[in-house]
Amino acid sequence: MYDVDDLYQDVVLDHSRRPRNFKRIEDADRTREGFNPLCGDRVTLFMTFDGDVISDVSFEGSGCAISKASASMMTESVKGKSRAEAESIFNSFRAMITREEGADVDREELGDLEILEGVSAYPTRIKCATLSWHAMHSALVEEEKTVSTER
Amino acid sequence: MLDTARIRQDFPILSRKVNGVPLVYLDNAATSQKPRSVIRALVDYYERYNSNVHRGVHTLSMEATDAMEEARQKVADFVNAESPSCIIWTRNTTEALNLVAQGWAMEHVAAGERIVTTAMEHHSNLVPWQRVARERGAELRILPLAEDGALDLSDVNSIIDTRTRLVTAVHVSNSLGTINPVKALAARAKEVGAAFLVDGAQSVPHMPVDVQDIGCDFMAFSGHKMLGPTGIGVLYARREALERMEPFLVGGEMVLQVSYEDATWNDLPMRFEAGTPNVADAIGMGAAVDYLNGLGMDRVREHEIQITGYALDAFGEIEDLDVFGPADPEKRGGVIPFHTTEVHAHDFGTVLDRRGIAVRTGHHCTMPLMETLGVAATARASFYVYNTEEEVDVLVDAVKEAMRYFLDGSR
Repeated sequence: MYDVDDLYQDVVLDHSRRPRNFKRIEDADRTREGFNPLCGDRVTLFMTFDGDVISDVSFEGSGCAISKASASMMTESVKGKSRAEAESIFNSFRAMITREEGADVDREELGDLEILEGVSAYPTRIKCATLSWHAMHSALVEEEKTVSTER
Repeated sequence: MLDTARIRQDFPILSRKVNGVPLVYLDNAATSQKPRSVIRALVDYYERYNSNVHRGVHTLSMEATDAMEEARQKVADFVNAESPSCIIWTRNTTEALNLVAQGWAMEHVAAGERIVTTAMEHHSNLVPWQRVARERGAELRILPLAEDGALDLSDVNSIIDTRTRLVTAVHVSNSLGTINPVKALAARAKEVGAAFLVDGAQSVPHMPVDVQDIGCDFMAFSGHKMLGPTGIGVLYARREALERMEPFLVGGEMVLQVSYEDATWNDLPMRFEAGTPNVADAIGMGAAVDYLNGLGMDRVREHEIQITGYALDAFGEIEDLDVFGPADPEKRGGVIPFHTTEVHAHDFGTVLDRRGIAVRTGHHCTMPLMETLGVAATARASFYVYNTEEEVDVLVDAVKEAMRYFLDGSR
């Protein structure tokens, strides 16, 4: 019906309607807030570690279909991974979405996340897709304070 | 009624296509499109008499000075200012509001005194007052919102009290469409001896505005929202208010006599226009005023009441869709903010764009208001002289289609 099906693929719409890991973790080791001042979208990310492994991850917040789906798929993708693996996925995801020149995108580690590649054709929506990822990156490298897409 | 079919011929951009379909431009509260006469005025200036103003004795300089001062006179007449010397050129509404904050409020608001603004201000008429209040040790008070998107004025006399030095309000809200009772607020401000500043960014382009009838000391507005170019705005100020104001920028053009040790300020309005002004865009704004006068501001307003009423009726029939602001089109400007919990404003923005429809999505630079409304963002359609009911139909169909798309997954 729309020629936006490349952006809103079935899997994306499914994740946005029924986001996975959409909850608060009360005793999370790390909590990070991501904020997009352009649209007012806010996401709070919760992470729990077991040694070096992300044992649980979840999010809460308001956002568009792209930002919700991206956050939902991210939690599924990094749960059970080590910090270094999650960082590597973050780098590949960012490179894919922003069509970063010369970047080596590891398609294998992205898995289902490749479905979000359609976002790269919509420059005004890229920040929607990366908001939760920047929050996760911040939580991994222990940066304090709210993550802004405009920083 | 306005002859929109004829008006549309005057706007070259309206014949362009977006994503293969005709442009439906409904983002006029952000910026308006420009008629050929405004574009020509800019080209004409640059091609025929581009030069600096207020100094050269050569022909081009005199022509440029005359054209810019003629534009100032046109703008003064447009809002019924008592004199063109009460019209200060700025870059935009934001700069005009900041000029009042820095040039007037920093001089005249003392510790313990009050500044009063409203709950529906654009950030540009809130953040400057937060700063003045902080730096002067003054108190910033907010007139709250009522249920229907109007201001709740039940406590107005205790909020605007004798400690109040400045009252400011947006004339027409960019996020709700609400038309505020600026005349009543002006009267209350006067009663307590406070100055009154109006943010006219969304009113001056859309309805007859008379600064003397309102009784305001200051009014700020932008050229680009009223068919004029970007980069030019206006601060209207009553002469007595201007005389009690300090220039924010100092340097060339704004001085009378300068020695190595000291300088005296130039006359009004030049005292507040340091440096080479935006000559071309001031002239372009004059051309925009001519165009609007040609239509008649009463008819512009009538057209917007008509199309807004039509849109409110059509939107009212869409299930699960909320429209913010007053229900009566007579009580609002041509702004329709809509929201549904199922489709985020950004997703509306993207799918409507595929249908050639330009709407604004987000918080509209009114974050505290969005919080009061309990939403993160809204989509907003806003109308102007060239918009038609057919375009509203295109919008409404596309909104319904988008809701089906995101709700049922029907493709």
